[in-house]
Amino acid sequence: MRLLLVLVTLIVIGAIKLPVERDLAVIHRQEHFRGVEFNLDLREKLGQLGFIAALSGFRAIVADGLFIQAHVAWERTEWSRVLLLFRHVTTLQPRSILFWDMAAWHMAWNASVAAMNDRAQPRLALRVKAQREYFALGKDFLERGIKNNPDRPQLYEALARLYKEKYKDHERASEFFAKSAALPGAPRYEKRFSAYELSYCEGREREAYERLRQIYDEGEKERLPTLITRLKFLENKLGIPQDQRIPDRAP
Amino acid sequence: MSNETVVAARHRGVSFSRVLAITVNTLTELTRLKVFYVLLVFALLLIGSSIFMAQFTFQQEFQILKDISLGAMSIFTSLLAIIATARLIPQDIEDRTVYTILAKPVPRFEYLLGKIGGVLLLLAISTVVMSAAFLAVLYIREQSVLHMTLRQMSSAPREQVDDTLRAVRSSGLNLDLFPGIIIIYLKACLLAALTLFVSTFATTNIFTIVVMAFIYFIGHLQATAREYWLQEHSSGWITHVFLAIVALLFPDLQAFNLVDDIVAGTAISLGVFLKTAILGAFYTTIYTLLAVFVFYGKEL
Repeated sequence: MRLLLVLVTLIVIGAIKLPVERDLAVIHRQEHFRGVEFNLDLREKLGQLGFIAALSGFRAIVADGLFIQAHVAWERTEWSRVLLLFRHVTTLQPRSILFWDMAAWHMAWNASVAAMNDRAQPRLALRVKAQREYFALGKDFLERGIKNNPDRPQLYEALARLYKEKYKDHERASEFFAKSAALPGAPRYEKRFSAYELSYCEGREREAYERLRQIYDEGEKERLPTLITRLKFLENKLGIPQDQRIPDRAP
Repeated sequence: MSNETVVAARHRGVSFSRVLAITVNTLTELTRLKVFYVLLVFALLLIGSSIFMAQFTFQQEFQILKDISLGAMSIFTSLLAIIATARLIPQDIEDRTVYTILAKPVPRFEYLLGKIGGVLLLLAISTVVMSAAFLAVLYIREQSVLHMTLRQMSSAPREQVDDTLRAVRSSGLNLDLFPGIIIIYLKACLLAALTLFVSTFATTNIFTIVVMAFIYFIGHLQATAREYWLQEHSSGWITHVFLAIVALLFPDLQAFNLVDDIVAGTAISLGVFLKTAILGAFYTTIYTLLAVFVFYGKEL
C-alpha cells in the first residue's frame, strides 16, 4: 500500500515537473545548451561505447578523446581518418569553435597541401582536383560551424581567410570579415580586413575607398602601412583629386 | 507536569542537534572508508593530463583540461553519491546501529535527514577540494602561458599583445565555470537523495547500486523519451505508455549537464542557472521526503 502511494506520488510529481523540465529544455536550446541530438545517426558514428559515454553526460570527454586521436592521425598524415574523427568531434561538441576551426584548418590548409604534393599521383589535374575537394571540406566545416554558432565571430573570420587565401575570392572574404566585425567580441582589425579585401574587387573600388577612408579618418591609431598603401592605390585608380588625397608619409 | 511528560516534550518535533550528530557521525563513517582516495585519483588525473597536453596549443590544452577535470568531477561526485548512500541503511541494519539509534527518542525522519546530510557534506567537501585543485592547475597553466606569450611578443605592437592576452585569458580561468561546478554538485545531491529513496525498500546495497546505474542511464535519456512522448503520435499505445512512465518517473539528468557547453564557450545565464539549481533542490527534497515516507513503513 505504501509503495503504491509512493508510485502515485511520483506520477503526480512527474506530471507537475514535466512542464518545468520541458520549459527548461527549451531555454537550454535557446541559449545553445544541449546542441546534440542523441539518435541512431550519432550512435552509428560513435560506436556503442562512445555513444553510451556521450549519453551518460561525458560528451565533452568523448569529444576530447576523439580530438586527440585526430591529432595523432594528423601527425601520421592519415587525412581520411582526420576527416572522419573531426566529423565525430564536431557532432559531439557543436558549440566548440576550436574544433570547427581545427577541422577546417586541417582540411583546407594541411590536407590540401599534402594532396597537391602527393608523389603517388603523377597527374597534376587529379592533384588539383583533390586539393579543391579538401578546400571544399574545410569550407563545409566552417559553414556548419557558423550555423551552430551564429553569434560568435571567430568562424566568420576563418571562413573569410579561407576565401581569401585558398579561393582568392576577395568579395566573399570581405563579406565574411564584415560579418565577423559586426558581432560582439570581434577584434578591431576585422573591419579593416574587410575593407582591404574589398579594395581588390573589380568594380567595387569606390565602396572600398570610402570604407578605408572612413577608417583612416578615425585617427592615427588606424593609419597602418597596409591601409595607407591600399588607400593610395585606390586614390590613383579612382582619380581622386589631389586636395582630397591623404598626405604622403614623411620619409 | 510529570517527569515523563517533560522528557516527551523535550523530544517532540525536530531537533537539529540530533540531526547534526547523525550527520557528523555519517561523515566520519564515510571518511573512515577512505572515500577521499578518489581525490587523489583526481589529482593524478589532473597532473597526468597537464603533462600530456604540453604538445597542444593553449586553447586546446585549456579546453581539454577543463573537459577532463569537470568530467572527472561529475563522474567522481556521482559515483560517490550513489556508492556512499547505497550502503548507509543496509550497513546500519547489518551492524544493528539503526536499532540502537531508533530505540532512543530519535524519529526516523531525523535519522534519514542526518544520514543524507552526512553524504551531502561529504559531496560538498569533495567538490570543493576537486574544484580547488582544478582551478589551481588551470590558473598556474594560464599564468605560465601569459608569461610565455609576453616574452614571445615583447617586440609586437601593444594592440596585438593585448588581443593575444585577452584570447589566453578568455580560454583559461573564467567565472562561467563556477555555476557549472555548482550544478555538478546539485546533480550529485539529487543522485544521493534518489539512492537513499531506493535503498529504503532495497534489501542489499548491490541491488541499490544496480538500480541506480539503470536510473542514471535512463535519466540521461529521459528528455529524449519525454519529447518523443509529447510530440510523436504515430507510435503504438504500448510505446506511448512506456515513454510516459519514463518521462514521469525519472528525473531529467541531461538538464544538469551544462559544463560541456560552458567549456565550449557558452555562457550560462542567471535564469538558466537558477532554474536548474531549483530543479536540483526540488528533486533532492522530494526524494528525501519519499525516502522518509517509505522508511516509516519499513519493518525493523
